Amino acid sequence: MIYLEDPKKLKPLVGQAHQVAMNMLRPISRKYDRAEHAYPTELDMLASMIDGLSESGASEGAGASGVRREEKQEKTGPESSGNRNGSNLASVLSITEMCWGDVGLLLSMPRQGLGNSAIASVADEEQSERFEGVWAGMAITEPGVGSDSAQIKTTAVLDGDEYVINGEKIYVTSGDRADHIVVWATLDRELGRAAIKSFVVPKGTPGMRVERLEHKLGIRASDTAAILFEDCRVPKENLLGSPEVDTKQGFAGAMATFDNTRPLVAAMAVGCARASLDLTRELLEQAGVRIDYDRPAHTQVAAASKYLQLEADWEGAKLLMMQAAWMADNREPNSLEASMAKAKAGRVGSDVTLSCVELAGMVGYSENELLEKWGRDSKILDIFEGTQQIQQLIVARRVLGLTSGQLK
Amino acid sequence: MDLPKTLTSRLGPGGKNGLASTEKRDPIGYAVAGLGRLAASDLLDRLGIRKQTEQVVFTTTRSGFAALTRASRQFAKAGSTKKPGTRVPSAEPTGLFDLTPSEDEQMLVDVVSEFAAEIVRPAAADADDACATPEEVLAASLEIGLPILGLPEALGGIAEERSAMAGTLVAEALSKGDMGIAVAALAPGAVATAIGLWGTEAQQQTYLPPFSEEKSGKDGVPAAALALAEPTVLFDVLAPSTTATKTADGYELNGVKAGVVRGAEAELFVVGAELDGKPVLFLLESGAEGLRVEADPSMGLRAAALTTLHLDHVKVPADAVLGETDASTYTECVRLSRLAWCALAVGTGQAVLDYVTPYVKEREAFGEPIAHRQSVAFMVANIAIELQAMRLLTYKAAGQVAVGKDAARAVGLARKLCAERGMGIGNDGVQLLGGHGFVKEHPVERWYRDLRAVGIMEGAVLV
Repeated sequence: MIYLEDPKKLKPLVGQAHQVAMNMLRPISRKYDRAEHAYPTELDMLASMIDGLSESGASEGAGASGVRREEKQEKTGPESSGNRNGSNLASVLSITEMCWGDVGLLLSMPRQGLGNSAIASVADEEQSERFEGVWAGMAITEPGVGSDSAQIKTTAVLDGDEYVINGEKIYVTSGDRADHIVVWATLDRELGRAAIKSFVVPKGTPGMRVERLEHKLGIRASDTAAILFEDCRVPKENLLGSPEVDTKQGFAGAMATFDNTRPLVAAMAVGCARASLDLTRELLEQAGVRIDYDRPAHTQVAAASKYLQLEADWEGAKLLMMQAAWMADNREPNSLEASMAKAKAGRVGSDVTLSCVELAGMVGYSENELLEKWGRDSKILDIFEGTQQIQQLIVARRVLGLTSGQLK
Repeated sequence: MDLPKTLTSRLGPGGKNGLASTEKRDPIGYAVAGLGRLAASDLLDRLGIRKQTEQVVFTTTRSGFAALTRASRQFAKAGSTKKPGTRVPSAEPTGLFDLTPSEDEQMLVDVVSEFAAEIVRPAAADADDACATPEEVLAASLEIGLPILGLPEALGGIAEERSAMAGTLVAEALSKGDMGIAVAALAPGAVATAIGLWGTEAQQQTYLPPFSEEKSGKDGVPAAALALAEPTVLFDVLAPSTTATKTADGYELNGVKAGVVRGAEAELFVVGAELDGKPVLFLLESGAEGLRVEADPSMGLRAAALTTLHLDHVKVPADAVLGETDASTYTECVRLSRLAWCALAVGTGQAVLDYVTPYVKEREAFGEPIAHRQSVAFMVANIAIELQAMRLLTYKAAGQVAVGKDAARAVGLARKLCAERGMGIGNDGVQLLGGHGFVKEHPVERWYRDLRAVGIMEGAVLV
């Protein structure tokens, strides 16, 4: 039965996340936007609380680790028809709420890094157990390599029982605060993308050091590090997934992480944009503008008409996000839908937050309100984990049935 | 005195030919205009095109320039005007997010999709040309039960519960064949569904029986039209200028409705009019005195044979009111109709995507398929993304209607997105085919014209 509301059984979880966002993140939102690089100590307590929640099972696998695809599924109750609303939907909905609170702080949540998503996506049973409870950042981008991640130059060479890693990584979210880094490196640059593997490197491993922290446009509460690897040795068991270089399978293994994290980034954009919409609606109402869903937009004032367009686009982004997560919950391949969700949510995030600043005028532009901050925070969500253009490329190739050689 | 102003306005160019009233002619302009007017008449004759022009006017009106509405059949009065009609219950929500249609819905979609591909699409270009949907196509649409889709079993229909989702999926599937034909075929069902949802026992027993006949003709399914739109700039459907005034034994209706589907052949109308400051729906048989219908061929939806319906002191009985008079029924009707238009936009949008995809892969420029260029490929990607967003918003709204939730917000947002992005998809569809998109050899120019209707049209269809 086609039904696109938020799942009833996730209401408590989503409500909880909303309360946390409202009562813990919003009060410190501006503080850490101003104090870039200061560690938000308030988050430690929050992280313990979230750990407690997930142990009690109340969180339904919310957060970064929620992307793991369960092998077995129980068939009981209303789900006996096979429809499953599981950890992927729980993750995107709770991340939406948390980012309604603050995107930068969500990204700084201990043990909820993108590296954790990577571990959850590709680690085997032994690794999942060994790396349980770590806080892992994700290191892919290099000074000369961005979207074209098959071209990374960081190398990993097997030497006895250890891999020796050499290279420079930038834009590592939580790169300073995390206790582990998942780093992408190539086993053999001649073999192209198939040789790219990810490695878990614990902090304090000799040869790995944080070189600097970036000063950014937005998500300033989150630290973004440049990390240097110089003859950094990790046990060979820290390679995630298979060490075989399978040229046929190509990039699929490493890229599987992205299919899982794209809906999460879409969720961040959806949450941030919702924050802007909620506040703007109230500001407009105070200014005497009422939004009417029944009257034609053209017969309402321009601000109301604009608001309707923003909200319609926002709803589209949210539903695309939920679709991608729902497919993952039901173990359907969702690479196309995940990219659609991120493409739409990424551009809607920017359009909504920036338009809300415009609608609110100097009130929106001033640091007295958070609208201008959301207008800055949203931008990164159309860039990291695959830019708008990369998402369009993925969608186009899938829809048109073209290879990366045909559609470059 | 107004005389100078009247003179200027008569000689001035504004107010006709698409010219704003601020346009002014300079001396050369006056000369050219005069010459044009003199030459126009015999120019037509000399080129032998006058007959053709008249032919066009004739076919678009089908029965002359303007005519009385069709003499309606005698709808046999039955049932109590005091008792509420039979209603279907709302669907029971499972509380889970789900994108899988039910088995019944899927079956229905399969049947309608086949009909759309085999019957509707091949007939679309000619129907667009003729400003009418062929009788055979309409007859076939009756065989698959389109008019009774939204009616409860007790009233001769097939619905066991509120079937807004089924109606949405059917409208989408049909519109993938052709939007104009879809509108023509769905119009009687809109009226039947409205009577099913809001009619009294008497209204249901009087009007609904012929809708479940699986044939057209004298005793078969009547053509019927839900007439809400009006030919007004910045039209607000919630404040129609058509009026209903109370009389001793009923109401008198005055005004003009636009976008009335197959108005010339319709035997039954549901018309929106303002009564005591509130919009209200009225049932109106086509035989009523004071009704006049005029062909109104438009940019698109031409297969739907759009007309304007003129109501000049039209008398209806007291029990002609459909539903409540407090605007609640009317507002709900507007929302359900918009939802159906969203579904139509999604179907036609899908037709565009399915058409441009192979085209850009086959068409070559600079030595390779144009699909290999990002500027082309990204347009296709964005059509796919926005189309799916439109579809999800539409389904969300339909799901709310099906379980009896207030769907005002969901419908409002779906309509906004479908109007804007739907037109965008039509525009990009033509653009991707370049010059080929502009000529009638390919259907994309028709979809472009049809998609402009979404966001403008009110009424006509309903789920």
